[in-house]
Amino acid sequence: MEQQFVEVEKAVIRFAGDSGDGMQLTGTQFSDTSAEMGNIVNTFPDYPSEIRAPEGTLYGVSAYQIHFGATNTNTPGDKIDVLVAMNAASLKVNLKDVKKHGILLLNKAGFKDKNLKLAKYESNPIEDGSLKGYQVFAYDINEQVRRVLEDFDLPPKMIDRTKNLFALGLAYWLFDRPLEPTQNWLNKKFGKDEKIRDANLKVFKAGYNFGAMGQDLAVRYIVRPADLRKGIYRNITGNNAVALGLAVAAQKAELPLFLGSYPITPATEILHFISGYKQYGVKHMQMEDEIAGITSAIGASYGGALAATTTSGPGLSLKVEAMGLAVMLELPLVVVDVQRAGPSTGLPTKPEQSDLLMALWGRHGEAPIPVLAASTATDCFDMTIEAARIAIKYMTPVILLTDGYIAQGSEAWKVPTLDELPDISIKFATDKETYAPYKRDPETLARPWAVPGTPGLEHRIGGLEKDNITGLVSHDPLNHQRMCEIRAEKVERIVQDIPDLVVDGDESGELLLVTWGSTWGSARNALASLREKDLKISHVHLKYLNPLPANLGDIMSNFKKILVPELNLGQLKILLQYKYMRPIIGLNKVQGNTFTAEEIANKIEEILLSEGVSK
Amino acid sequence: MITQLDGLINKEYTEIPQYTPKDFKAPIDVRWCAGCGGYSILSQVQRIMPDIGVPKEKIVFVSGIGCSSRFPYYMDVYGFHSIHGRALAIASGLKVARPDLSVWVATGDGDCMSIGGNHMIHASRRNVDINVIMFNNEIYSLTKGQFSPTSRVGQKTKSSPFGVLDDPFNPSSLALGSGSTFVARGYDNNPSHMKHLFQRAAQHKGFSFVEIYANCVIFNDGAFDEYTRKETRPTSTINLEHGKPLVFGFKNELGIIMDGYKPKVVNLDEGKYSVNDLIIHNEEDSTLALILSDMSFNPELPRPMGVIYAESKPTYDQKVTWQINDLIERKGEGNLEDLMRGDEWWEIK
Ligand code: SF4
Repeated sequence: MEQQFVEVEKAVIRFAGDSGDGMQLTGTQFSDTSAEMGNIVNTFPDYPSEIRAPEGTLYGVSAYQIHFGATNTNTPGDKIDVLVAMNAASLKVNLKDVKKHGILLLNKAGFKDKNLKLAKYESNPIEDGSLKGYQVFAYDINEQVRRVLEDFDLPPKMIDRTKNLFALGLAYWLFDRPLEPTQNWLNKKFGKDEKIRDANLKVFKAGYNFGAMGQDLAVRYIVRPADLRKGIYRNITGNNAVALGLAVAAQKAELPLFLGSYPITPATEILHFISGYKQYGVKHMQMEDEIAGITSAIGASYGGALAATTTSGPGLSLKVEAMGLAVMLELPLVVVDVQRAGPSTGLPTKPEQSDLLMALWGRHGEAPIPVLAASTATDCFDMTIEAARIAIKYMTPVILLTDGYIAQGSEAWKVPTLDELPDISIKFATDKETYAPYKRDPETLARPWAVPGTPGLEHRIGGLEKDNITGLVSHDPLNHQRMCEIRAEKVERIVQDIPDLVVDGDESGELLLVTWGSTWGSARNALASLREKDLKISHVHLKYLNPLPANLGDIMSNFKKILVPELNLGQLKILLQYKYMRPIIGLNKVQGNTFTAEEIANKIEEILLSEGVSK
Repeated sequence: MITQLDGLINKEYTEIPQYTPKDFKAPIDVRWCAGCGGYSILSQVQRIMPDIGVPKEKIVFVSGIGCSSRFPYYMDVYGFHSIHGRALAIASGLKVARPDLSVWVATGDGDCMSIGGNHMIHASRRNVDINVIMFNNEIYSLTKGQFSPTSRVGQKTKSSPFGVLDDPFNPSSLALGSGSTFVARGYDNNPSHMKHLFQRAAQHKGFSFVEIYANCVIFNDGAFDEYTRKETRPTSTINLEHGKPLVFGFKNELGIIMDGYKPKVVNLDEGKYSVNDLIIHNEEDSTLALILSDMSFNPELPRPMGVIYAESKPTYDQKVTWQINDLIERKGEGNLEDLMRGDEWWEIK
């Protein structure tokens, strides 16, 4: 049969297998190579919360999804074009997400009686006709790699372990990817052990050739490089971007970085990255608990460091009291909350946006804190620097919300140079003639930062209410009211220092879509599909939740209806209703994953239809 | 990396001003009750400060919540009165970020051993170079009289009207068990002894834990009379001195021998034992330290006072700095732009 090329704008591939099958690695290679050849790439790993779930089971399935395109992909993609499934369980778990007539690349060796039983299949789906409606390509990959490595004196177990590279090679052939990036990577990774390296290289190439020689895979797909701006690029996850953002923010603030943290899914990777930054003079402490994580950071901030703590919902709950202390002390602090599904332990590896109201209001007393939210993996970098900038300039703790979805998902990032990034440094107080601990900058209302070691500025601060200006303990009721108001006003004034919203679409109309955080991507894709149908919808995306951008109220007033999709039961909706005194339509989902573009588009169409708006 | 703090951290002092204790008195009234044990602790701390060899601006006192935690307000140095239990975690972060500072923590039995217990054992195990003074009054005083983790079994307090059921912590054993490298105990009405302990703590590089019996005249008055009054003190306590035999009593007629692995009181006047049979105190012996500390709650034995243990080993903050310097030496100072780019990057031309 003749092999032919079909050009597509975007495609979604998911590699799925057992936890031990190396699917995360396989997916990362596919994603890195695609990005390197110029595609726009969004990825999402999906793995069980058990570390080594029993082999072959439904709950032991690990997957990695890549959305790659010649134009903006925005999200890791909703429906899958190609599913690579290494065993029966991984087919069972992932089939529901595959498009009609989508391609299934199956490893027959993973569909033996034992596999079928563990996956709770009554008969073999490859043979029983239940996969009608898909393009099924099933090969015994284990058998293939054994044949390829016949001459290699390697234990059978090791030979079997290379099967993911065979599947990867086949996928490269299918999407016409260059082999060199992965070959280079294999060379580097297994350089020390020649035999293993050669075996891996051989199997990878064999997978590719298998596609070329094969009789049944007749169509190959081409996804052309995107028209990207010139520069250096890399793939980056949100967690990695936060870690880099902190290190870069410290440099741009001319302060040492200190991270006080405690391991928690899905934020732990930030701690991993930062613990490796020793060469950059970065200090970190893995503390005994979440409370010590934040309080050690407050101690470091008192000492003049750019201090941060990183956590997820359960940890944020534990840090609440200390955040109140930071509000009272008026010390800079960056608190990163990688949100996950709650309450309590909830769904630890699954994303949600349900910590918003806690970030805004979850403290005792009047304790305002600026709250920012990142919208994509790469935006995590910018928003981390922004959080640090606000923290230092306004002498305040700042909460940055990300979530498990963008924290673990990756996309290509145009790496900035340090010169391109803003200088966010401020000066410590040194003048003993004019210094008073709570004497404020008239514009920002920030108090001066006087760090120990500065002669003549010895002073005492603490959690007790402070006398305005002198900072001495004060129980005066009028002073307390005044200080509460000043602290609130200080945070409100930040509104002058954040960008106005720019509406995507018309400035007025039937429907305004308002999003925040990681739902940005699904919303973008939904809008794109609706605009193809000539529906007019406008969109604003919020990166600042406290204070809200100054022009949000005006923008909202120009629309008849406002829709807020969010991964909670209506938290931004509550905020906007209360702030702007008008009804908001919510689209709410708490299912451990993000919106599909279709879900948002359907909701929009439903609203417009009920309004009788015709296309 | 060059930072704004470098000048402060690396500042060389050719000469430290000749301070007097008065220089460390903050211009503010001390607000403890008249007769509170806190006063004598404060005045001894102020006394040693001129001689610890640290410029005033490099000294920080951190505290949590409780009567004792008001301490930083009364010291004219940098001070940080934080939230309940967290002083040690705050001080740890501060000391690691700023190894050039002399960091002190004033805390109480509730603050340190109860709500802050987790931070206590971990700061201790890490050997962060912090000096902890724990005011032990065996009661929650600021909340007006509930039993604390050092209150005694049977003690009647506002929250234990029929007597405390919980066994108390022995603070020195907890400190030793969690790895403190300096452990000492003193009491509020022996100023010169306290002063000596504070001086030793200040000299000690590493986590030092000094427990002071501090009388709360309001909620637990007289709790330590047995150990602090001169009528009973000679037989109820023993003063530990490095390299000296364990003798006590009104005329030093009593001593401690090892009976198997248990300490036992003997009377030297009876002629059966001489000073040569007694345990010789060795501050650096960790096994002996545990045995001595364990004498505390044994009614047959005197309660040890003084330096129970002193071990010299690298501190956590030093190790953090060494690790950084070592990496920079081996791999060169990191370039952030390289870090941003990572290993797997590509260029669009
Ligand atoms: S209540 Fe007790 S501990 Fe508190 S100040 Fe008064 S005497 Fe001291």
